[in-house]
Amino acid sequence: MIELKDLVVSYPGARLNAVDGVSFVSARGKLTALAGPNGSGKSSIVKALLRRADIPRGSAAIDGRDVRSLSYAELARSVAVVPQREEAAFPVQVREYVFLGRYPHLGLWRAPSNEDELAVDEALSQAGVEDLAGRDTDALSGGEWQRVRIARALAQKCPALVLDEPTTFLDVAHEMAIFELMSSLARSGLAVLLVSHQLNLVARFADTIVLLDRGKVATSGSPTEVMRADRLESIYGWPVVVTRDPAVGAPVLVPLRRPFQL
Amino acid sequence: MLIVALLVIAMIAVARGAVSVSLGGVIDALRGRGDPTAIAIVRDLRLPRVVLGALVGAGLGASGAALQGALRNPLAEPYLLGVSGGAAVGAVIAFAVGVSSDAMITLAAFAGGIAAVFVALAVARIGGRSTRADVRTLLIAGVIVGAFANAAIMVALARAEPNTMRGALWWMMGSAADATWRRVAWLAASILLAGGALVYWAREIDVLSLGEDTAASLGVDAERSGRRVFLLAALLAAATVSAAGLIGFVGLVVPHIARRMGLRAHRPLVIAAGLIGATLVVAADLAARTIAAPTELPLGAITALLGVPFFLVQLRRTS
Repeated sequence: MIELKDLVVSYPGARLNAVDGVSFVSARGKLTALAGPNGSGKSSIVKALLRRADIPRGSAAIDGRDVRSLSYAELARSVAVVPQREEAAFPVQVREYVFLGRYPHLGLWRAPSNEDELAVDEALSQAGVEDLAGRDTDALSGGEWQRVRIARALAQKCPALVLDEPTTFLDVAHEMAIFELMSSLARSGLAVLLVSHQLNLVARFADTIVLLDRGKVATSGSPTEVMRADRLESIYGWPVVVTRDPAVGAPVLVPLRRPFQL
Repeated sequence: MLIVALLVIAMIAVARGAVSVSLGGVIDALRGRGDPTAIAIVRDLRLPRVVLGALVGAGLGASGAALQGALRNPLAEPYLLGVSGGAAVGAVIAFAVGVSSDAMITLAAFAGGIAAVFVALAVARIGGRSTRADVRTLLIAGVIVGAFANAAIMVALARAEPNTMRGALWWMMGSAADATWRRVAWLAASILLAGGALVYWAREIDVLSLGEDTAASLGVDAERSGRRVFLLAALLAAATVSAAGLIGFVGLVVPHIARRMGLRAHRPLVIAAGLIGATLVVAADLAARTIAAPTELPLGAITALLGVPFFLVQLRRTS
């Protein structure tokens, strides 16, 4: 379980707090989505969970333990994060790459045990990338690469999983595949926290949506509770209507057109 | 296999030269038997030089392999950190104030190289958005510090006396000619220490090579760990520069050869790069001594002449 209590994240020299008193819970067995306009503080929350940002007030905890009280390795055994960007300079074999997910367990010198091998095999199969195990990472398509990265995070065998915009640049089929994967991972018992712009997809898959606006929680709850035209319109500053998906009945956001103005 | 290659080339390098000694003669001389002249040539002249060359190559190769991984940049090499410039400035300043003792100049070069690294770290911290220096800013800072150092050398040389000029040029061109056992021992100690530390932390380099956010998600403090690799690599480079001047392209080219041999994890990669670098520099030094004998060519020029075409071929193959 990931629990944020009145979390404040600030960067040196910045006038406003990037995250300004955010509280929510991402529970086990649930897919929780963190959404909101650009600059609303989503990535800063991910940074705080990685201990890569200062937390002057409030707390972020994994299963009741404050992230600041954990060592980096302990943290990496508690929460697995798939960051938004990753520029790997040198290709490695997919299996070797996924094996790096065992680093928090292996440390600098311990040789991989059967348990590690098993964790990697399991992660490969959970993410549906066993077939790619022998390939080099630079020979993967965008969708394959994202699933391989998720496999690496799964190899960490953490109770909580955080994904930062995992479907950027993916086409419809790959995007859906990733969302289905995340949903099945949540059902398997993980606490899955998904940072995403894709409100309509999030509305179909997430159990809870936390909508951020300028560092604060604007609204949170089930997709139907959160996806209300008046709220979304004021948060995004653009006219919208919310309708129902004809196939499955999930709320759907439709941004309207309006004349261009600065 | 790499060790065998290194030993073979080292044996040839000890045997060949202005006075050639047969391989049997070399072995006898090493054990202290046979012709006293051969013993003197092998033990006091050639062997220290070959060992020094091997150590320099090992230091540069390992340093390059670690840096390319940690900085995620296939074009990174020790000299890009400004180490070379700083070391040369240190040496030139020592010359300029009239220091002539070998040990003092070596020390000045070493100090200059390390100082340049700290300046680069400070510059990166100012340039970066936060109080933490990220590795890419560090690379740019290294280049800038290097350029500044070069300018400082030019200014110093513009008003230097011919003697100072020669000494400074020696630093700029690189050479293993002034090898003494003392220098070898000193270099061996620094390389074992810093190289050993890099091998110790090699798995962190594997993780760092995935980027800072990913490294953090795998339990590595990316800033601290990146800075550590940077410092150790710089230490290796500074030690080689202080012992043999500027020898370019070894740190750049060697890791690519090691990777081409299928090595991906940084522990074997750093070790292999050390061995390949050693082999390469011993071979290049042999060439420098023998190609235009009795004139000796600058070692740094040979490695650059070999390294540039090799690198262009690599670049073409990968793109």
